[in-house]
Amino acid sequence: MRWLTRRRAIGALAAAGLLAALVVPATSIGSGSAAFSPPTKIGKGEGSLNVIEWPAYTDPSFAKPFEKATGCTIHRKDAGSSNQMVALMRAGGGGGGGQYDLVSASGDASLRLIYGKDVVPINVNLLPGWKQFFPYFKSPAHNTVNGVHYGISLQWGPNTLIYNTKKVKPAPTSWSVVYGKKYAGKISIPNNPIQIADAALYLMKTKPALGIRDPYELTKGQFDAAVALLKRQKPLVKRYWNYAADQITDFKNGDVTVGSTWPYQTLTLQASKLSVKDLIPREGTTGWADTWMLAAKAPHPNCAYMWMKYVTMPKVEAQQAIVFGETPVTPLACPYMNKLQAGSCAQYHLNAPAAYLKSIHFWKVPIADCGWGGRKDCVDFTAWQQAWTQITG
Amino acid sequence: METRGARIGFGVSTALVVCFLWLPLVVIAVYAFNKSSIQSWPVSGWTLHWFRVAWQASDVRSALWLSVRVGLLASGIAIVLGSMAAFGVHRFRFFGRESVSLLLLLPLALPGIITGLALSSFFTFANQQASWLPGLPFSMWTIVIGHATFCVVVVYNNVLARLRRTSGSLVEASMDLGADGWQTFRYVTWPTISTALVGGALLAFALSFDEVIVTTFTAGAQTTLPIFIFNNINRGSQLPVINVVAFVVIALTVIPVWASVRLTHTSGLSRRS
Amino acid sequence: MAVDVAREAGSLRGARLRVSAAFWRRPWLKLAALVGPPVGIYTIVYVGSLAVLLASGFWAVNAFTSETVHTWNLGNFRTIFSTTDLTYWRIIGRTVAMAAAVTVTDAVLAFPLAYFMARLAMPRLRALLFVAVLLPLWSSYLVRIYSWRTILSTSGALNWVLTGLGLPAQHLSGTNWAMWLVFSYIWLPFMVLPVFAAIERIPDSYLEASGDLGARAGRTFRSVMLPLVLPGFVAGSIFTFALTLGDFITPALIGGGPGTAMIGSTVEANVGLNVPFAAALTAVPVAIMGLYLMAAKRLGAFEAL
Repeated sequence: MRWLTRRRAIGALAAAGLLAALVVPATSIGSGSAAFSPPTKIGKGEGSLNVIEWPAYTDPSFAKPFEKATGCTIHRKDAGSSNQMVALMRAGGGGGGGQYDLVSASGDASLRLIYGKDVVPINVNLLPGWKQFFPYFKSPAHNTVNGVHYGISLQWGPNTLIYNTKKVKPAPTSWSVVYGKKYAGKISIPNNPIQIADAALYLMKTKPALGIRDPYELTKGQFDAAVALLKRQKPLVKRYWNYAADQITDFKNGDVTVGSTWPYQTLTLQASKLSVKDLIPREGTTGWADTWMLAAKAPHPNCAYMWMKYVTMPKVEAQQAIVFGETPVTPLACPYMNKLQAGSCAQYHLNAPAAYLKSIHFWKVPIADCGWGGRKDCVDFTAWQQAWTQITG
Repeated sequence: METRGARIGFGVSTALVVCFLWLPLVVIAVYAFNKSSIQSWPVSGWTLHWFRVAWQASDVRSALWLSVRVGLLASGIAIVLGSMAAFGVHRFRFFGRESVSLLLLLPLALPGIITGLALSSFFTFANQQASWLPGLPFSMWTIVIGHATFCVVVVYNNVLARLRRTSGSLVEASMDLGADGWQTFRYVTWPTISTALVGGALLAFALSFDEVIVTTFTAGAQTTLPIFIFNNINRGSQLPVINVVAFVVIALTVIPVWASVRLTHTSGLSRRS
Repeated sequence: MAVDVAREAGSLRGARLRVSAAFWRRPWLKLAALVGPPVGIYTIVYVGSLAVLLASGFWAVNAFTSETVHTWNLGNFRTIFSTTDLTYWRIIGRTVAMAAAVTVTDAVLAFPLAYFMARLAMPRLRALLFVAVLLPLWSSYLVRIYSWRTILSTSGALNWVLTGLGLPAQHLSGTNWAMWLVFSYIWLPFMVLPVFAAIERIPDSYLEASGDLGARAGRTFRSVMLPLVLPGFVAGSIFTFALTLGDFITPALIGGGPGTAMIGSTVEANVGLNVPFAAALTAVPVAIMGLYLMAAKRLGAFEAL
């Protein structure tokens, strides 16, 4: 019988542990760690670099020379959504759990990581490419808080409308094609709550009466209208894709013919000789601006700095831009892009970024505090997630 | 005893079900030799190219090696804990005896996402909030712990089933003849349970080797073979290589599967007939 | 006996005998040594983990950083079991219905195979069939699911066969039908093995007696076979049911169409943004499986595993 008593003791112990967890006060949201001081020089490489990335963000075409030169072998963890990136960084106690060094966070993840203390400030002076960036991308609001840089801007680009040129005629010019019945059962939409912003953007242009100012800052009425639009869209959708490759497969298989995409999928499909095109429809589009951020518990910080230094050099910026189909943050990448692929600098609007920048509504975290009209009743991201489950479930 | 018609009926449905089980495996094998990297049907041409690519890929090798190590460690833990529990439950009548089976079965009977999320929360909790607990950062060991939870019950069930089939009088006879506990174990108990143990361990290894759901939650930056495959399915870039890897794994596992079938069922099946 | 033990105390064998004797005299010691460690470790690591998980279902998140806020509340459960918004009821209902459908399908498919293996096949063929059933378990689960995706896609092998036969092409990809097919496929071996074990245990004499007493094949099946095989079916169904309840890979790779969300995929989708909500949602399959296991235990399924 003694082991029974022992088991009871263990039970009591576990309960005590639980209790201890419950009395831990809620983590306060401060402006980041004031005590932390970033390094002043890059030390010796640790031989390894673990990254959480968007697919192809450490594409071997430009990562191989880096690995050879620095001896830092890259281990990749691809993410399908910003939520997944945050989850990976939070696993094992946050700050990358002592596992990951870098994360290529988009604007809807970067501030969550900063205020969650999962990433630490970096010393941009160690990264010579930074000085040549467009002014906006040196200290954008999504990675710089109170003048402290939590990472280095990387690339940016639009979410585009993709279509099979053989099946979709005439060529679409508006997002209405993914909300209309014409291609019912052949539509491909990302499985991501941030998709509500795409619907809101469409309504902002087509239903001005709703008074939408910003597709990420929606009052209850505006939000409900966007959700209703997506619910009407639901029966038309073939598949809500989780990973870029899911959508690529669906286009290759002929399961879908039109949808919302990243330029990466279009380029991959075109490379395998499928007749697809993508465009930014006349309503404008949402998009992303990404940042390489250094995990608070990075096990290989020197390799991480070496990578951030390498990948923000104009030549590498150009290489990555061509691989993924996005736009560099430095104007100096332009000639390299044209050398890799004639006319690509203009194609990705690197020569005229200001106007283009305005046409893209970058992903950000929806919060209750509306950025306009002093209102505090905007719908927050938790509600977005719930609504998204409601739409797709 | 069954009528001729019934025999033919059972034979035909068995053949159909086996075909159903094997259809995707055949498709995998075919696509491993597919010339095009697009998986459409019918296949346009044949090549051995992907085998060379897979052979040269160092990330495939390191993932495979990690999976083998995790599988061995998890089945090792399963052998120790599973057979201890099986012996205890078989020998003794005690309060809560029934619950031991239930407790060990839980990780296999509860969906993997729960086991994964629970362990992940536990490790996170231990690392973040409970400074009185030893911190356990995500590593190969957290993967091993995750796998061991559902491997133990496999060995436990196999050993317990075998113990129930063997007569207790053998052990008593051994003791009566003057053997000590160790000798009885070595010369009487071990020969009867060893094949069940190996069979259970092989099944445990197989479960661990192919596990992906629990692993996604309990792995850090480590890449087991299934995680490697999952990453690459998500990336879509190396699908033919994945087919090659899957094909080679199927071809190689014929040997241990055959061995486990012989070990678990040659001695045990003799009862009928 | 005690004198013998004392005399041989110096030797190794003596020491072993003393240990044996000590265990013999105090069986609870042996019991504790054998059962204590596995049960202790499981209680701390596994049950402890489940407790942490279920407790975190009562916590909330910060809407902006999506960090866990440790304040007790029932908000997550209110959302899941809301009476005005039936989203989660629908997801739970769909998942349970899918799990039940898959379980029934697997039972129907597994029985003839298991019966043939246990009672009709010669030893060599039986071993071969065993390998045929076990080998898919060893080959990558992910690759097999992906293989189904290519088979079921618009330009895949299924439609190639269908159009070749002059039948209309099917667009199964992304639908609940496709998920039902693939789930049934993936978990089939987990049903075959316990059903085989149960059939194998039935002595021939029972069936012969039934025949001798004048029962036809159907009656023998219903009144003798089925009650004896039932624990095997229940044991198999624990796996088919539980695995379907929690899987998120098949919904991601095979499902994904509108109205195909399952408990597993919904939990997975919430892990990134709202861990407490995901944890609260896992309480549903835990409760379902708890009830299921209690019922299974009554039906004697644990002996049949």
